Amino acid sequence: MTDRPLSPHLTVYRMYRYTLLTSILLTRAAGLVLSAGLILLVYWLVAVASGPAAYHGARDVLALGALKAVYLILLAAFSCHLLAGIRHLVWDTGHEIEREQAKRSSLLLVIASILLFVGLAWWALHAGGHAP
Amino acid sequence: MSLSLRSPLAKVLGHGSAKEGVHHWWVQRLTSVALVPLTVWFVVSLLSLPSYDHTTVVAWMRQLWTAVFLILLVLTAARHSQLGVRVVVEDYVHGSGMKTLALALVTFFHVVVAAAGVLAVLKVALGGAA
Repeated sequence: MTDRPLSPHLTVYRMYRYTLLTSILLTRAAGLVLSAGLILLVYWLVAVASGPAAYHGARDVLALGALKAVYLILLAAFSCHLLAGIRHLVWDTGHEIEREQAKRSSLLLVIASILLFVGLAWWALHAGGHAP
Repeated sequence: MSLSLRSPLAKVLGHGSAKEGVHHWWVQRLTSVALVPLTVWFVVSLLSLPSYDHTTVVAWMRQLWTAVFLILLVLTAARHSQLGVRVVVEDYVHGSGMKTLALALVTFFHVVVAAAGVLAVLKVALGGAA
């Protein structure tokens, strides 16, 4: 093993011991999910731009029951990635970067992400009951 | 600590940093700061729409600031996503041929997504999807 810092890799880090690394890997995973969400967003925008008939067809696809799970996963990824990203920006200023502080903020991050996700999911499911 | 991130070549040449190395890092941070208000605005306004039928969505997208924020969202998110996926490919895809191919595809793909998204918003905002 080299003495250089390594990227967060499943087989290199002792992940089970550090929630910190779990949260960093989760941030990457959530980022990938949101990249897929970007495709969905652009698909929706292009459908709107293609006129009422095309939009109607796209809406049949987007309103599929199975996609509800996808929207919930997107909201979860958004909650997690947004808050984790803000923590990264705080780290970049040189604050909260000590080991104990980072462990504490990892726990805070998990709790806050879950709260934000539950709030958003509740709103989304009660927003008139109409999936996009 | 004797740990150094500088390459032996850089040490020998002694030219110092050309300040180019932080470009990826800086753009990733800049786009992330911009995406905080943009994504929060998008989620809140999308969930606040009374309905998702074509007429309602078109009326929403024709509002000037909706169109402006949507275009900024698509462009900023595409750039941020491209930089992020790039790092994931660099870290986890091995073999220089595969890696180069994957990086090229990731870049092309994001450019297409950004162009399609921006054109779609412009078309609706300028009245092409009534």
